[in-house]
Amino acid sequence: MEFVVFLIAGAIVVGGAIGVLAFANPVHAALSLVATLFGVAVLFVAQNAQFLAAVQVIVYAGAIVVLFLFVIMLLGVDRSDDLRVEPIVGQRPLALLAGVGVLAASLVAVLSAGGSTATRTVRSTAVAIPTEEPDVTSLGRLLFTDHVLALEITAILLTVAVVGAVVLARRPGRDEPSVEADVEAEA
Amino acid sequence: MSLLASLAAQAAQPVTPVTSVLVETPSVDWWGLLPLILLAAPAMVLLHASSLLRRVFRGFYATASVGIAGTAAAFAIVQWFRVTDLDGGRGPYTTVASAYTVDGYSVFITVVLCVAVIVSSLVADGYLRREGLDGAETYALLLLSASGGVVMASANDLIVLFLGLEVLSIPVYVLAASHLRRSASQEAGFKYFILGAFASAFFLYGIALVYGATGSTNLGTIRQTLQDDPFVDGGALLLAGAAFLLVGFGFKVAAVPFHAWTPDVYQGAPSPVVSYMASGVKAAGFAGLVRVFDVTLAGQVRDWQPIVVGLAVLTLLGGSVLAVAQTDVKRMLAYSSISHAGFLLVGVAVASPEGAAAVLFYLAAYGLMIGGTFAVVTAVAGPGEQATGIDAFRGLGRRQPMLALGFTVLLFAQTGVPLTSGFFAKFGVIKAAVDGGWYWLAAVAMLSAVVGAFVYLRLVVAMFMVEDIDPHHGDGDVVAATPAPVAMPAALTLALAATVVATLVVGFLPGLLTDLAGDAVPVVLATLP
Repeated sequence: MEFVVFLIAGAIVVGGAIGVLAFANPVHAALSLVATLFGVAVLFVAQNAQFLAAVQVIVYAGAIVVLFLFVIMLLGVDRSDDLRVEPIVGQRPLALLAGVGVLAASLVAVLSAGGSTATRTVRSTAVAIPTEEPDVTSLGRLLFTDHVLALEITAILLTVAVVGAVVLARRPGRDEPSVEADVEAEA
Repeated sequence: MSLLASLAAQAAQPVTPVTSVLVETPSVDWWGLLPLILLAAPAMVLLHASSLLRRVFRGFYATASVGIAGTAAAFAIVQWFRVTDLDGGRGPYTTVASAYTVDGYSVFITVVLCVAVIVSSLVADGYLRREGLDGAETYALLLLSASGGVVMASANDLIVLFLGLEVLSIPVYVLAASHLRRSASQEAGFKYFILGAFASAFFLYGIALVYGATGSTNLGTIRQTLQDDPFVDGGALLLAGAAFLLVGFGFKVAAVPFHAWTPDVYQGAPSPVVSYMASGVKAAGFAGLVRVFDVTLAGQVRDWQPIVVGLAVLTLLGGSVLAVAQTDVKRMLAYSSISHAGFLLVGVAVASPEGAAAVLFYLAAYGLMIGGTFAVVTAVAGPGEQATGIDAFRGLGRRQPMLALGFTVLLFAQTGVPLTSGFFAKFGVIKAAVDGGWYWLAAVAMLSAVVGAFVYLRLVVAMFMVEDIDPHHGDGDVVAATPAPVAMPAALTLALAATVVATLVVGFLPGLLTDLAGDAVPVVLATLP
């Protein structure tokens, strides 16, 4: 059963990743990235990491891809680049090399570790998660006990960010020219 | 177990109703959190009141800000007596699941931050009116940033420390860019934000690695773990984490080689905000640095000490040498603040209670003098902060002798001339270095002070010993320029007078502040389990 889930989710992940590269239209590429991220979320659920799955969907598939789409829309969807031009000389071979390198390194790491990761002792005693409790529950419990102060300060942080964004987004009055304009007028 | 099977198992069992689950929340010592709450909550109230009751509050934002910061400082001072009096009082303690420390050290930094906010608010009042930007949000952001600094100084948990760092930094990014009609200000805010976010990422990665090495983010637990087993995980993970933390702190306190943002941001950002950056942000950065390295990683001192010493030497020399080459006063003060960070790093590097006490003294004294210095810069620079070159100060001693005299006292204090607070600040860190056996480091610090003296004396010479108009210049056209007198709003004059008086009082009676700083320090070293 788990294997079937893994196969389907893995197919979605890989298919989405290929789509990101293959689609000519950047919007389609961004949407196919959503598929990849959803697939990873499914894999997280299969590993009993429900919280990570939720964060994956909310943060990555939700916020970050929307941000990508914003940028794409801002720059213009129909503007196409000449793919033969390399802005940095030799970047494609280097990218290929780096990609193959990362793949090889992770394969070596996974294969050499084999089953031994399970036998490694976990150093931390404070975060021994009770297995029968869903991880969302234990995370919530931690947030309201050990890390309740961090939770409250996050509230201040978010407020600060909102206030800051509003302050920066405000435009100066139309009748007030910029200081630099004054200086240029004098010069 | 696969997902579907687990779901099926859950469905088969009778589900316990969620409402019956009780979580025992940690006890909260509200009294201990009071200075933090008194900074953050009224800042929110100020924002709301200013938009809802615009007519009533217009023009009183600075007064409100000074009042709020003053109240927080007053409660912090009351706390001071309870926390540092080990016989009758409560002594230092941690609260909220030991994530927040209340000790003499955190209370001291809280007061320093409140004073920084008060001085900046007083300077900002005249500045914002002059630039047509008056509004409550500047003051609210200053107060919120200070509350982040208080969290940093009190954090007993790396996650809380990081959140404090962000609450401290984000308002300052915004404030740096808050002059909406000056593109230099926008640029400064942007640069500060990009580099600051980069440094925060380093800091966060450092936290992750330290957590990986020790299994906890709580500073007390980390310290305990490392005492029990100093070679935890071979040490590499921990050391890498500590190095990343140091990068994050180094950026915040503007240590060379993480200083690249400083001159541009100091030059572009509004001067009252720069005053807060140099006094408040630096104090909070060093507060976190001392607590993490001098206290938590005290056992690893042999590992991190050479790196911090190296940073201190680079910062001392880099700051003062580059300051000499500047002609813009704000850039010059930026490099001089880097060099002051070098002195503070010497206090951190010696890793002794004396060093930590010297850092506290230095932070308090430097916060006052740099606040006053930027008050003068704000006034002299004039509308749009156009006149920030050394030429703007030429002949100031003849035109406005009192202003020039006050500025001279503050510059002498930064030089480290005796009978000013700056002398005892520098003396404290150098003495701590000598006591710790770091003779060559003390020598480098003194050398940097000598090089730095040139920078400040050049301004003094420009004010008193250079004729502001050369009569033989420009074909005898003497009519050309007597600069308009520098406008001095009352609040700014008050800030300048207060900082000058404080600098002199501490200079004549250093015992007042050394005793306080000395009381604050042993507590921090003893408090963590």
